[in-house]
Amino acid sequence: MALLQHGALQPNNWRFVGDDAALPADGPVTVSLKRWQAETDALRGRNAPIGVRLKNDEPAQALGDDVHRLSVIEVEFPKFTDGRAFSQARILRDKLGYQGELRGIGTILRDTYAHMVRCGIDSVELPEGKAIDGYLEALQEFTVWYQPASDSRRTVLELRHAANANARSGAAVLSETVAAHSV
Amino acid sequence: MYRYDEFDATIVQERVRQFRGQVTRRLAGELTEEQFRPLRLKNGLYLQLHAYMLRVAIPYGVLSAKQMRKLAFIARRYDRGFGHFTTRQNIQYNWPQLNEAPDILEHLAEVEMHAIQTSGNCIRNVTADQFAGVAADEIEDPRIWAEIIRQWSTFHPEFDYLPRKFKIAVTGAPDDRAAIRVHDIGVRIVKNEVGETGFEIWVGGGLGRTPIIGVPIRKFLPKRHLLSYLEAILRVYNLLGRRDNIYKARIKILVQATGGEKFAQQVEEEWEKIKDGPLYLPQEEIDRIHRYFAPPAYDKLEDNDPAFETARLEHPDFARWVRTNTVRHRVPGYIIANVSLKPEGGAPGDASADQMDLLADLADAYSLNEVRVTHHQNIVFPNVRKRDLFALWQRLKPAKLATPNLGFVSDIIACPGLDYCSLANARSIPVAQRLSRHFSDPRKLEAIGELRLNISGCINACGHHHVGHIGILGVDKQGQEFYQVTLGGSSKDDASLGKIVGAAFSEDDIVPAIDTIIETYLGQRSDKSERFLDFVRRVGVDPFKEALYGTAPARRPAAE
Repeated sequence: MALLQHGALQPNNWRFVGDDAALPADGPVTVSLKRWQAETDALRGRNAPIGVRLKNDEPAQALGDDVHRLSVIEVEFPKFTDGRAFSQARILRDKLGYQGELRGIGTILRDTYAHMVRCGIDSVELPEGKAIDGYLEALQEFTVWYQPASDSRRTVLELRHAANANARSGAAVLSETVAAHSV
Repeated sequence: MYRYDEFDATIVQERVRQFRGQVTRRLAGELTEEQFRPLRLKNGLYLQLHAYMLRVAIPYGVLSAKQMRKLAFIARRYDRGFGHFTTRQNIQYNWPQLNEAPDILEHLAEVEMHAIQTSGNCIRNVTADQFAGVAADEIEDPRIWAEIIRQWSTFHPEFDYLPRKFKIAVTGAPDDRAAIRVHDIGVRIVKNEVGETGFEIWVGGGLGRTPIIGVPIRKFLPKRHLLSYLEAILRVYNLLGRRDNIYKARIKILVQATGGEKFAQQVEEEWEKIKDGPLYLPQEEIDRIHRYFAPPAYDKLEDNDPAFETARLEHPDFARWVRTNTVRHRVPGYIIANVSLKPEGGAPGDASADQMDLLADLADAYSLNEVRVTHHQNIVFPNVRKRDLFALWQRLKPAKLATPNLGFVSDIIACPGLDYCSLANARSIPVAQRLSRHFSDPRKLEAIGELRLNISGCINACGHHHVGHIGILGVDKQGQEFYQVTLGGSSKDDASLGKIVGAAFSEDDIVPAIDTIIETYLGQRSDKSERFLDFVRRVGVDPFKEALYGTAPARRPAAE
């Protein structure tokens, strides 16, 4: 499988190692949450990047501060209609402050891709040679969004009130501040 | 009413283009039907028994005259001259072609309308009290909050693939006209001890196969936290709601399995972490939306209008319609007029294109350009001067829009049933039509008094039969249509689920059975002030069993 990342299809040198399989001597790997928790030290002792593959029904919160030790976290879409990973992604980004690569795996359709990106997923696994034009187009389908999510897009609310905020940042705020301090 | 700004307009236009692309890819075979299905459902497009059906959103039931005219145009051009108003304040068209659906959306966008999230496993079109802003008993206008919820829930990236559909209703009055206790989330505007308004939050109500009355999980939520609290509920549901069985996937099942208190605790924990984040509502946005719902320029009038009083005296039919179909307005000299879409022999909720055009014209002439759609599948003129009411009634009457039966036994809620729906076991509309012919005498209707009769064609309960004072459920018995009757349901602030009265009735026997039930009530009620629902609650189903099945109910042996 390849990775759609930074707007292009990239080679993928990561591999998932099952709970019973031996760890390869080198190369980046992802493991289950269970294996990560059981063998944290051994996994960190390897001289290669490490990631965790979260199952759909595992609480993302279980990773806690460990997120800062991981290079990749994978979240699963076993069917494209199963949206649990959207919430897992948002918890990883917004609550645990995870900054690394957040990868969507499973059934990744162009029609769900934009939602993934908004929820903080910044790479997705796609078959080698997959045409990605549709995926890139999907990110352009909307230019404004109502609700805040785990991306940096400005919301309608921010855009609506930006003009007011700019006006307020001048004299209005100053006089409010003065008034507040003089009480 | 709310008007789109440049951002709302852009989002709806971009949605039309996106959906046109999806339809093109489907027709070109780039999308399989399995992949396309959830996408078209999120845009209200169903594949029914005979054709596609398009459900158009009417957010919280509010329509301008101009929008109503557009709905009439679509009915003429893309349907067979009809539209069907639904229990969720939406409208459905039954005969559009797949390749025409994007064109219909374009027409809708011209008048600030859409079909976004009218189906699918996402947050559906939010509903509210049809008398919002004009009801005399209102604490605060629920439309402001319904609109804030509409915007937040539109294309919410996290909650577009939920375990199952998700319905939110908002009411601003103590008399709950939005049925919030049978919604996934019910939002009730309340005042706390110190006089501030906020929200009481109910969760986990719903009808369908497993009817459940919701539970209150928060007594008082400060207004500016509304969206973060909703987001916390949705996040808990999205992560923990069942996905292994479609019939166990609604939030009500999760709330029941978890327990209301523990569920509330999970929500509160989640909410604590996000309540002061970007979803905390800026006062300036609340104020901005509030301004759209400022009261229109009402005339300063005496509450009593002599011409109105004279017309009532001179025209008993008009006087009856005023008694049955109007509601007190909060402004002196004005009145709320309800148009029944349940004429004798009609299909509940159906309106012809000509009727829709007339309703639009009358809204312009007599109701400050606005109409509302109710979850009882009727239409409301919210702002009529009492002095204009007689003229309005005179124009409604020849169009068969002045049936004096609001809240009576012939004001039936019915799903489309087996005539249209691919899920139904039995027909609903013909039963409703026969009942409305049987109970067509307005004097008889008034004598029976308030009585809600709801019909569903299958256990999915789109006709809300569980919460009808009388509920009728279509079932299939070896290929024959049968009808099971429940008694004592209500969707209001005294919400309850009806109890099954006994064995189901055949198609031929169902109307006589309902007649027997009503005669039993009329013969045994303590007096006229005891409504049918009160009577059922007092005596239970036994007297009805006896009258219907001729057998004395089994009684427990007396205590030794």
